[in-house]
Formats: sequence, C-alpha cells, structure tokens
Amino acid sequence: MTKPQNTMKYLLSGVALVFGLLVGTTTVPVHAEGAKAPLMRSGADVRDQASLQRGARLFFNYCVGCHSLKYMRYSRMAEDLGLTEKEVMQNLNFTGARFQDPVISHMPADLAKTWFGKDPPDLSLEVDAKGADWVYTYLNSFYLDPHSPIGWNNTALPNAAMPFPLWELQGTQTAVMMPAKDGDSAAVEKLVLSHPGKMTPAQYQQATRDLTSFLQYVSEPAALQRHHYGIWVILFLAFLTFLFALLKKEYWKDVH
Amino acid sequence: MANVFTNIGDWVNERAPGMMPMYRAHMTEYYAPRNFNLWYYFGSLAILVLVNQIITGIFLTMNYNPSAAGAFDSVQYIMRDVEWGWLIRYMHSTGASLFFVVVFLHMFRGIMYGSYKKPRELVWLLGMLIFLVLMAEAFMGYVLPWGNMSFWGAKVIISLFGTIPYIGNSLVDWIMGDFLPADATLNRFFALHVIALPLVLLLLVVLHIAALHEVGSNNPDGVEIKKGPKGNRWDALKPADGIPFHPYYTVKDLVGVGFFLLIAAFIIFFAPTLGGWFLEHDNAIPANNLLTPAEIKPVWYFTPFYAIVRMIPSFLGSAVWGVLAMFSAIAVLFGMPWLDRGQVKSIRYRGTGYKVALGIFVLSFFGLGAVGAGITAEVIPAWFGDVDLTTWENLFGRLMTLLYFGFFAFLWAYTYFGWEKTKPVPDRVTTHD
Amino acid sequence: MANEVVDHGRRRFLTATTAVVGGIGIVSAAVPFIKSWEPSARAKAAGAPVTQSLKKVELGQQLIVAWRSLPIFIVNRTPAQLAELPKADPLLVDPKSEVDQQPKYAQNETRSIKPEWLVMIGICTHLGCVPDFYGEIKPEPFDPNWKSGYYCPCHHSRYDIAGRVYKNVPAPKNMVIPPYHFVDDTTVQIGVDPEGAA
Repeated sequence: MTKPQNTMKYLLSGVALVFGLLVGTTTVPVHAEGAKAPLMRSGADVRDQASLQRGARLFFNYCVGCHSLKYMRYSRMAEDLGLTEKEVMQNLNFTGARFQDPVISHMPADLAKTWFGKDPPDLSLEVDAKGADWVYTYLNSFYLDPHSPIGWNNTALPNAAMPFPLWELQGTQTAVMMPAKDGDSAAVEKLVLSHPGKMTPAQYQQATRDLTSFLQYVSEPAALQRHHYGIWVILFLAFLTFLFALLKKEYWKDVH
Repeated sequence: MANVFTNIGDWVNERAPGMMPMYRAHMTEYYAPRNFNLWYYFGSLAILVLVNQIITGIFLTMNYNPSAAGAFDSVQYIMRDVEWGWLIRYMHSTGASLFFVVVFLHMFRGIMYGSYKKPRELVWLLGMLIFLVLMAEAFMGYVLPWGNMSFWGAKVIISLFGTIPYIGNSLVDWIMGDFLPADATLNRFFALHVIALPLVLLLLVVLHIAALHEVGSNNPDGVEIKKGPKGNRWDALKPADGIPFHPYYTVKDLVGVGFFLLIAAFIIFFAPTLGGWFLEHDNAIPANNLLTPAEIKPVWYFTPFYAIVRMIPSFLGSAVWGVLAMFSAIAVLFGMPWLDRGQVKSIRYRGTGYKVALGIFVLSFFGLGAVGAGITAEVIPAWFGDVDLTTWENLFGRLMTLLYFGFFAFLWAYTYFGWEKTKPVPDRVTTHD
Repeated sequence: MANEVVDHGRRRFLTATTAVVGGIGIVSAAVPFIKSWEPSARAKAAGAPVTQSLKKVELGQQLIVAWRSLPIFIVNRTPAQLAELPKADPLLVDPKSEVDQQPKYAQNETRSIKPEWLVMIGICTHLGCVPDFYGEIKPEPFDPNWKSGYYCPCHHSRYDIAGRVYKNVPAPKNMVIPPYHFVDDTTVQIGVDPEGAA
C-alpha cells in the first residue's frame, strides 16, 4: 500500500494527465486537408437556437434546390429548432415532402451531372467530414473566375463544380493573384470584394456562421441532447465514485 | 423471505456442489498480494469494457444493416431515428478506443513488474492471444460502418497480406471474397465481429483468469507471497501478505471503475469523436472505391504497428519485409518470458540500464505512433520548414523502429550476459503503513 | 491501525447506500437500451397520418389509399346508396355498430362523419382479405337483391355500403373505421381524430 499522500499525488497527476490529453486531442485538429491555406474560424455554435433557425432559413432558401439532407427529417428539425409543424411546412418545406419525411432536393441527378459535371452531394454529414471551419471558409471563399466553366471558383476547394448561390448576399469577390513562378500556374494571394451585396461583410459572416451552425447541427442532431444529459451523468458518477471511495476506505481498515 | 433464498441455495448446492467452492476459490478465498497499486486497476477495467462492448454491440446489431448498400445509412438511422441510438453507438465507439488504452496499460504493468515470468508465462501468452484477437475484432468492427476510411483501411490492411510471395494475391481475394472490399467482405466481417471473435475472446479471458488464479497474482515488488510466511488475519494457512480478493479488491476496483466511468462519460457526452481520434472524419463519407482519402491511416491504436510497416523498405522485389516486421513487433512480445533472463521480476529492483531501456521503449512506441498517425508529417515541415519530408520521416521512423526492437535485443543481452546489476529483493511486500 | 474495532453498522450502512445509489445508476443506464426498442422515427414516419384530397373522387366512386400499410376505402356515396342503409338493418349482424369497430363519431347509420363520405379500413373481418367494391345497386350473382356494398372473394362475406356485415356470412363484425377527420370540406386526414372528439 502506498502512502496516502503518494496515492493522492498519483491520482491527481493521473487525472491531470488524462484531462490534459482530452483537452489537447479535442482542440487540436487531427487531419491535414489538401488545401494548406489556413482556415477561417467559424465560431459555429449548435447551442444557439436562433442561429440554427436563421441557418435553416438560409439553407432552405438557397441550398435545398440542389442539395439534400437525406438523414434529416423535417419533424426532427422542428423539434430541435423550436419550430411548429406549421412554421416548418409553410416556411421551410419547399420540397413537397410530408412533415415526417427527410429533406430531399428535387434536383434530378442526371440533369445536375449535365449542368455541373457532378451530382450536388448530400450535405447531411458535410460538417462531420470536413469540419465547421472548412465549411465556413468555403462559404466565404467564392470568387469570379473567367477561366472556370461555370464562372466561379473557390480557394477552399479549387475548381469546385458549384456555382455561388449567395452572391446576392455577399456580393462578388475577385482574386488577386500572386506573381506566377516559372512553370507553375499563378496562385491566389487573396480575395477582395469587388461588388458589394445586400449584406455588409460582417452580416454575411454572421449569415454563413448561422448556415455552418445549422449544418453542424444536421451532422449530429444528438449533440443538443448529449450536452444536456452529460452534465447529470457526470455529477451522478462523481457522487457514486465518492461513495465507492468511502466504502473502500472503510473495508480497508481491516488490511492495516 | 431470506428463508426462500436459503432453500433455493441449498437445492442448487445439492445438485451442483462445486459452485460454492468455486466462488470461494476465486473470490473470498483467492488471496491476492496486499500491495496492489494504480497499475492493477486495468485488468478489472478491461472486463468492464468487454461487457460494455458486448451489451452495446448487441443493441447496435438490432438496428444495423450489414450490407454494403445499407450499412452506412443504418448507422445514421441508429444515430438519428432510433431512440437513444446515438448513446449506444457512442458507448460502443468510445469503449473500443478505451479498451486499447486499458489493455496497453495492463500489458505495460505486466512488463514493468515481470508478471510474464515463471510461473506466469501461460497467463502472459493467453493475454497476448487476447491482444491479437482484440486487434482483429477492432479492425473488423471499424469496417462495419462502411465509411470511406472503413473501406480504404480494409483495402490497405488486407493488401498487406498480398505481399506474401506466391500465395499473396489469392489470399487477398480469399479474405475479401471479392476483388476489392465489397458486400461479401462486409458480411463475413460482420459475422466474425459479432459472434465468432467475441466467443473466442470470452473463452480466452476465462482461461487467462483461470491460469492466473492457478499460480496467484504478482505484485509491484515482484515478491512471491506464496513463498513467504504463512498466516494472515483471515486464514492461518494462507500467505501472510495476501488478502482476500473479495471484498477488498472488489471494493477497491469499484473506485477504479468510478474514475474510469467519469472519463468515459466525459468523452461520450462532450467529445465523442475526440477531435477525430476516436471517430475519424473521413468515415463520415460513404465508402467510395474511386475516392481515396487524403491520408489513409489506421485508428490510433494501430498506428505504431502500421508505422513499422511503412518504415521497412521493399527489397528483392517484395514489400513483405514491412509486413513481417509488423507481425514480429507483436510476436516478440510473446517471447518476453524467454528473452528476459533476469531473475528479478519488478522494475523496482532491476538495474538502471533496464529502467532506461524501458523508458526508451515507451518513447519509441509513442514515436512510432506519431509516424503512423501522420503527426510527424505535419510537425516536420512546421518545425524544420522546407526539408524533404520523406527522408526525415523515414529517418525518425526507422530510428524508432530500431529502438523498439532494440529494447528486446538489449533485454536479452543485458540479462543473458549478466550485465544487469539488480538490487536486493525484499522477502515481504513493501507497503507504507 | 489494525487495532481498530470493525464498526459493522457503518459497513452495512455504507454498503447499502452504495448499493442503492449504484442500483439507481444501473437502472438509469438500462433505460436508454429499453427505450431503443420503441418505434423509431422511421417507423413513426411510415405510420404517420395520410392526407388525401377528395376533389377527384366522383359520385359513386371508390378511392383506395394506404395508411400504415392498410388499404383505406374512401367512397363518395350517392343519395340512392345512403337511402338503402336503414332498409338493410334487419339483414345485418350489428346494424347499430354496437361492437367496438369504429370511433364514437362514426357510430351512426352511415358509420361516418359526413354522411356521403365513407372512410374505412378495407380488411375483411373474417380472415383479412381485401373485399371487392360492388357500388352499383343491381342484382349480382351472389345476391339478387344487392343494394351496393362489398363482397369478399375469399370466403364470400358480404357488407353493405357502410361496411356493416350481413348475417349468415363467415365474417363476424363490421369492417373497421379508422381515426380520421376533415381538414377542410374536400380534404380528409386518416390517422387523427377530429379535435375534441373520441
């Protein structure tokens, strides 16, 4: 049996180590994406219900024409975003689905392939796959590109097949190119807003933040519930562990 | 009321008289050394995680669809449509990673305290078998969600077998049941993961504990309590330094369980993907044989072994050497009881050389993990700028591989040639009270 | 410290307390697993209420829609058909619909909310076949005095145009009326009772 002080020391340093590891691994992103340009910080927060509602409105007005959310039901969204069935069916449901059905875009896959070169992907898990910061950066990084077949390009996803649906809100950006090195094609140095849109840059960033938060929610609706239950579970377990420790101390009086 | 239970108890006892003695032999009259420390929690925690995996796994199987067409969707169905499905899924994925944390620490305890030495070689071998089966079980489990990393991870790992001369290619097709990981592969991995390997695992765990109880537990001092004086406050004939496993270690293990559950709950409820370490981002994309992920890397608990494969170059026209090296990295652990010729069990009384070597071994394991996880691929350019990444990563990784295997070579030579200077081992266990 | 006397009372108390709290923990942990067996959102969606427009159903015509995988017969009954209903009473097993096969608001002569609209689960109460619709008031091979209704091909049970079962046929009860209500005059929703009713 180690001295009580030593046990305490080991226990506390063990807990500190574990806690440090947990914080470290949850805050340091693991994967390096292809685009080495630093990502903008999205500030997305699924706990901000108002933000989720605004994001939902943006999604259904600008995105659902092409993109499905095949794992998200309207009814689930209503429940989690604090909306009534009527509000959802009247203001958000443009796909003609029933309230319990998932969000399916009516863009025909074959036509999409003809127009864009590829089927617009389902976005249910986009934030899960690419990260909130990437999605946010992507939404803020479209620019006019005369060399691209659709007239648009994106620094977060070079040669993206997607035209920019939010240009009315953001305005249009153009690229300032870096001087081309021999043999290499010119790289984008930065983007500038050449024509303003209906929103100021700050407003547009908030709008894309809302949209990103909404998509993050769609990636994992359970996030709202697990935070809520987690606190109670941990409080209970802390109490139970305390009882275990008392019980152990009592019985181990025999051992000395 | 108590009378009813006593009557039932007597009825059973008349017909199965061996059950009470078995309970006594393994619990209330199994005398374990009194000086177990923090390192001794991980065995019971491993059982706890095993039970968790089985129960959550059974409930996942109720809603999971093991076909290539339906698997990915069924996981989302569990996460969104099944009541509390998200919790069951996260308990299972977190449990899988925590299983390896616990098992690695459990194995490290065995190495530190010489628990693999005579008369416990069989316990160690059974444990190593459990480790092997656990790795296969985890690998197959990871394929089941049929995400893009599931698919590509399966493809890469199975193709390692393709490096075996002559039979390699047929072997790969035989494992997959197709020419690439497909429905056939997924279905058989499901069968193996859900029932075949768990049964094997349970059997091995029973044998592992039985083998341990035959010879008695080791302890942090490496002192054999059975060879010491007899007579403690519970039984005059049992080792003086032994205490009944039940209630003393059952109640102590509960404290370990409490802390462990707290950590597990924090992860499950507040960080279930653990930043991409426990649930990888690339697996949020459905399996696509035409879209290779930017970096194919295994889940964290396989990274050191995978790094070894990558670090050994091909020569003589074959890449099988890396694969052999990887399997050797695990095989060499089986040999610990015979590689270590020293007489002293516990690190507490071993030579300084051993302590240094073990420390370097641990660092090499982490270093290999960093290579396998792609951390070195990020850190080298970040710290050293525009250098040739492959050269430097190979340099580092090969050094780590050498240090890893070097530990075993060192240990053998150190103990075989008698270079080790041990300290005197006490007769009785040391406790501080 | 080995000289301390064991306080058995304290031990029992601590053990009992810990066992109770631990027990609460185990029961709480079991709840999500047990609840996971409840119908999932997908199952509930498949069983969700069905809204149907009645605009295109002509007089005397039957429309069949699916609700919870059941065939729902919707009939736009003619005045002639409705007039025959009271006359059929003596020939029926349960003319007053006393057996519980319909919501309270359909416990009437026409077994419906609006007299002309029949909304009914089209499953024969004998062994579960889907009866055929014979909507015309004219003699039929199985009944020279046929006044419109349903004839089941499997074992020849007969029902009137309100789904009430005739005497001396294999089926024992009237066909079931599901919960339903009128969203507006030309739209019906099957699966939900009218507000304030039944």
